[in-house]
Amino acid sequence: MRHTIAVLVENEFGVLSRVVGLFSGRGFNIDSLTVAPTNDEALSRITLVTRGDEQIIEQITKQLNKLIDVIKVIDFEPEHAIEREMVLVKVSAEDQSRAEVLRIADIFRAKVIDVTPKSYTLEATGAPAKVSAMVELLRPLGLKELVSTGPVVIGRGAKAWKG
Amino acid sequence: MKMNGARILLECLKREGIDTIFGYPGGTVINLYDELFSFKEIRHILPRHEQAGVHAADGYARATGKVGVAIATSGPGATNTITGIATAYMDSIPMVIITGQVPTALIGNDAFQEADIIGITRPCTKHNFLVKDVKDLATIMKKAFYIARTGRPGPVVVDLPKDVQIAQTEFEYPETVEIRGYKPTVEGHPKQIEKAVAMIMQAKKPVIYVGGGVILANAAGELVAVAKRLGIPVTTTLMGLGAYPENDSHSLGLLGMHGTYYANMAVSHCDMLIAIGARFDDRVTGKIASFAPHAKIVHVDVDPTSIKKNVRVDLPIVGDVRDVLQKMLKVADEIGQDANACQATLAPWIAEIDEWKQKHPMTYKQSTSVIKPQYVIQRLRALSDPDAIVATDVGQHQMWTAQFFGFTAPRTLLSSGGLGTMGFGLPAAMGAQAGFPDRQVIVVCGDGGFQMNMQELATIVQNRLNVKIVILNNNFLGMVRQWQELFFDKRYSSTCMELPIDFIKLAEAFGATGLQATKVEEVDEVIKKGFATDGPVLMEFKVAREEKVLPMVPAGASLTEMVLAS
Repeated sequence: MRHTIAVLVENEFGVLSRVVGLFSGRGFNIDSLTVAPTNDEALSRITLVTRGDEQIIEQITKQLNKLIDVIKVIDFEPEHAIEREMVLVKVSAEDQSRAEVLRIADIFRAKVIDVTPKSYTLEATGAPAKVSAMVELLRPLGLKELVSTGPVVIGRGAKAWKG
Repeated sequence: MKMNGARILLECLKREGIDTIFGYPGGTVINLYDELFSFKEIRHILPRHEQAGVHAADGYARATGKVGVAIATSGPGATNTITGIATAYMDSIPMVIITGQVPTALIGNDAFQEADIIGITRPCTKHNFLVKDVKDLATIMKKAFYIARTGRPGPVVVDLPKDVQIAQTEFEYPETVEIRGYKPTVEGHPKQIEKAVAMIMQAKKPVIYVGGGVILANAAGELVAVAKRLGIPVTTTLMGLGAYPENDSHSLGLLGMHGTYYANMAVSHCDMLIAIGARFDDRVTGKIASFAPHAKIVHVDVDPTSIKKNVRVDLPIVGDVRDVLQKMLKVADEIGQDANACQATLAPWIAEIDEWKQKHPMTYKQSTSVIKPQYVIQRLRALSDPDAIVATDVGQHQMWTAQFFGFTAPRTLLSSGGLGTMGFGLPAAMGAQAGFPDRQVIVVCGDGGFQMNMQELATIVQNRLNVKIVILNNNFLGMVRQWQELFFDKRYSSTCMELPIDFIKLAEAFGATGLQATKVEEVDEVIKKGFATDGPVLMEFKVAREEKVLPMVPAGASLTEMVLAS
């Protein structure tokens, strides 16, 4: 099962390596990971996507909580959270395919951020499923390069986490 | 008052009640050692290797219950501490290890004797700190000790660059400490405890399974009270030995790979397993799928990650085991039968266990022609002080000590359980002796493990740490040899220690006394003489070379599939 976990940590050097080291040391998977400071400068927020059965996810959240620099861990349930990621994609675009790339970009509300006679570079933001649907449509047209932020996640509703 | 960082560090140690430390000087801690030279409140013991210094601080911590402190210089000094730190980490021993570091301006430059010790120790410490500013030093030390000794204890490294030791600031030791990401759960949840006691009192065949957590939490008294109150038999792990007196009729002794027949049978047939401060290690459970197959499991532990890590748990209780046991006792009085009624209910179960005890007691085949190692352990118990502290190394002798010594009090067995570190015993005993100068401290070693840290004879003699060293010499790396005999067709690859060492001369070279027994009838004589002799004594026993540790559950087999002593 895929889980998106948000981890609020002290914004200090070495904290990320504690988190990453925990995953590698205990053989847990990381599909993606993104980290940046929050509105409280003393805190950073890590969003990571992992997978495992119930027991593994329980261990992951417990082990994360055990780290001294970790302040809070939330394993988001998909129905109570909004996930977004951004991708930048460079696609071959020559002759007939130039129009097709633009049509796909339009459907997914992606922006063209760079253009050459042979390529388009698109920026797309959205739920991971939407973004990957776009990428799959672009792939047969000649996907040259893909870079993704990995998802970030926030809870639905008025309630906020401090930080 | 303004002080330099080196002085501040020592003042912090003093404020934490530390009076004995183990350390090795070097370039990046020379300022610290210069302050130490005139700092009379702290006794500093110089080991002959940093690894041994950390093991000594560890042994000190295990025996006294206080936080062990060790110092090493940067680079090789710091990397030499790793095995000691990892040993303490696996057994949850409270320690603070201070390492020197190159000046902050040079960090990352591959400077002379630079090692990224924060990076290296990250996976084997509870936490670690690099002190970049002398103004943070006192707060970091306060946090380091707080983290080391609270919750599930563990080692904490403080990396202290040379320039931070020299820099000056006002010293003020914080009274309190606040770490927002670290709030260990101490008090067990009352509802969970009520439910647990109700479940336990329903059980027909309960067993209490005790780990090192009971000793770390100083909860042996509470454990005995609960077990007696409910009439439940108790088995312990290696780390739990001493938490429950083995001379009690409800003691099942050690369980697991080299546990007693009756402990393993009891666990395999129980309908309720109450795990207290234990973590279901693979050496305890054997094959997980067939571990305690009929039992509901109650698991009490201060560390939530220990719960449901290896086995399913029906009722978890997170909290300090002492607090939980105290509450359990209260709840038992409120909700259930009295102690006599509990014992009557469990009488058939105790009778079943007694049958197992009679069928296969913990035993070995005595010999008149050759010294059996188990016999030496039994004689050590008989001839030692009742409150003697016993350290072991790792291997066959460690298991024989666990099986045959008969521990009756907590903190009397010091052994590397989790990491299984050869070379641990001698320095750990040295540390324990430093903590208890007037108590008898014995270390039981094999000839292999002894040689891993035998340089510490110098430390022992120099500091008049009068450790009684017992070497069970079979000229083999016996535990590996045993596995080779059983599982590798007796192909004794690199396990024969062929060079006959003259241990008596070795002891004498360091200024200690050396004694040797080669015949069964000499065993008592050597032990008595060794214990009666002032100062450190090395007692070598030439034991049966191919004796095996039995019973044995082969790795990955079920606990009921024991190979028994014939």
